[in-house]
Amino acid sequence: MDGPLVQVSGLKKSYGSIPALRGADLEVRAGERYGLIGPDGAGKTTLLRILCGLVVSDGGEVRVLGHDPVTETHKIKDGIGYMPQRFSLYPDLTVAENLRFFADLYRVPAAQRESRTARLLEFSRLGPFRDRRAGALSGGMKQKLALSCTLVHTPQLLILDEPTTGVDPVSRGEFWDILDELKAEEGVTQLVTTPYMDEASRCDRVQLMYQGSSLAEGSPAEVAASFPGRLVRVYTADPYAAAGSLKRTGKFQSVQLFGDRIHVVVEPAQAAVPGVMAIVAQIRQILEQAAIPFTDLHEARPDLEDIFVQRIGEITND
Amino acid sequence: MSAIKAENLTRRFGKFTAVDAISFEVEQGEVFGFLGANGAGKTTAIRMLTGLLMPSGGDAWVAGRSVRANPRAIKQVIGYMSQRFSLYEELRVEENLDFFAGAYNLDRETSRRRKEEILEQFGLEGVRRRFTRSLPLGWKQRLALGSALLHHPRILFLDEPTGGVDPLARRTFWDTIHDLAAGGATVFVTTHYMDEAEYCHRISIMNKGEIVALGSPLELKRQYGKDTIQEVFVQLIKSTG
Ligand SMILES: Nc1ncnc2c1ncn2[C@@H]1O[C@H](COP(=O)(O)OP(=O)(O)OP(=O)(O)O)[C@@H](O)[C@H]1O
Ligand SMILES: [Mg+2]
Repeated sequence: MDGPLVQVSGLKKSYGSIPALRGADLEVRAGERYGLIGPDGAGKTTLLRILCGLVVSDGGEVRVLGHDPVTETHKIKDGIGYMPQRFSLYPDLTVAENLRFFADLYRVPAAQRESRTARLLEFSRLGPFRDRRAGALSGGMKQKLALSCTLVHTPQLLILDEPTTGVDPVSRGEFWDILDELKAEEGVTQLVTTPYMDEASRCDRVQLMYQGSSLAEGSPAEVAASFPGRLVRVYTADPYAAAGSLKRTGKFQSVQLFGDRIHVVVEPAQAAVPGVMAIVAQIRQILEQAAIPFTDLHEARPDLEDIFVQRIGEITND
Repeated sequence: MSAIKAENLTRRFGKFTAVDAISFEVEQGEVFGFLGANGAGKTTAIRMLTGLLMPSGGDAWVAGRSVRANPRAIKQVIGYMSQRFSLYEELRVEENLDFFAGAYNLDRETSRRRKEEILEQFGLEGVRRRFTRSLPLGWKQRLALGSALLHHPRILFLDEPTGGVDPLARRTFWDTIHDLAAGGATVFVTTHYMDEAEYCHRISIMNKGEIVALGSPLELKRQYGKDTIQEVFVQLIKSTG
């Protein structure tokens, strides 16, 4: 179809007195991968459920594959592959039986079934466990089986709600490689929510949602570039001690942990006056005085996680 | 005495060995990251360490008590947060705390006091009357941790406490973990977020029932010549099948 596969404007939804969406906007273009990020409770899951016709909105426009998801569910059903946050497998069926069940459900052609199943068992490393009951799998193995069941067919539009929660780093990488293949080779449009910012940066466009509407939208690079101020990064073997001593001085507006890195935010005003070099010197002095070893102290480019922590942190602290 | 000590701890399900003779020690006050591939056996090991599942072989001691000989005595000295938070979704926030206070046999006065302390510590006062099911995930996770802390346990087992939690809420959560450890608590935690591995004093990495690496994050990065724990993890899991 021509035009965007998903078009949402001014979407509203409340649960009782609690608003989940307050005028959400979204446009997902054919062939792109679009990521929704935002804190817990931002309304991402509600939005996806409305797109799938599972929840009726209180107001606003929704079109999915050109149709109304509530009154024309039957017209979009075959075109969408949706994986909810809590996907129900059949616990009494084995891994192989679950896959076969979903392949039948989606009427996957026999030729494609074999090769696709083999590919999915490879990423999920569930091959050796094909005869184990789904109920006896570990948490992450269940999640990977659920993903595999969603991916046995090739829909026009894939809607994935936090697909990789509980999935280990190796399989997570391989799962995203499959999403890349589906996009490049089959042109599958993808709409994904994720709490992993490294995954969000693999999207063509992302939207940062907060309290049911958009705070920022664009390519990951564009959204990251909207970071207010500049950033100094330092690596250390003792991140908690280092962050603690930097915070205690009260000299910096924001000191954030990123694993073994610490990001110190230099506000726009500060960035001009003492300059980033001066901030670097201050950090060096503080860490040396506290006898905390560090390496690689210099200015860095903000990424999506910086934006997330900064914007959402600012709003929720006020 | 170590807070946690495992010796050849093993668990089989039929012919399948889920945990294969693992041994390690964790000191009091330590934050220990228990990492591993999906299906490696982490949850199974934690279920043995918390006295919920009997080992098929070996033994482990938690606060000096054997999980084989004395599984019930362990529950009183530990806090446990399971992979699927064990909250009652149909209860209100404060009712969940009441329920767990009852389960830990706290007397009436202590329950009341601890409930208020936990509500305050975790910023849950504003939602105390809300039904648990209506809370965003990050809040449920704080409530689950709070529930596990009612009886002031000295040793905490947290099985993927931050799964699906957003970047900001994860940072807040880890600040709490470090505060608890600074207060002398031992924290035994699993995670699939490799940045969180850096916040642990020591980590182990499991694959297929075995511990394939153990050390401080810095030691492991040096040993494997990698810049990040993510890379160490990927290499180890791929090279051990
Ligand atoms: N009751 C059971 N019967 C048979 N196999 C089981 C049972 N419980 C667990 N297993 C198997 O034991 C292995 C270890 O599972 P466990 O849940 O401990 O893994 P895990 O390391 O916690 O994984 P994850 O990261 O996915 O949570 C898996 O292969 C799982 O299928
Ligand atoms: Mg587990």
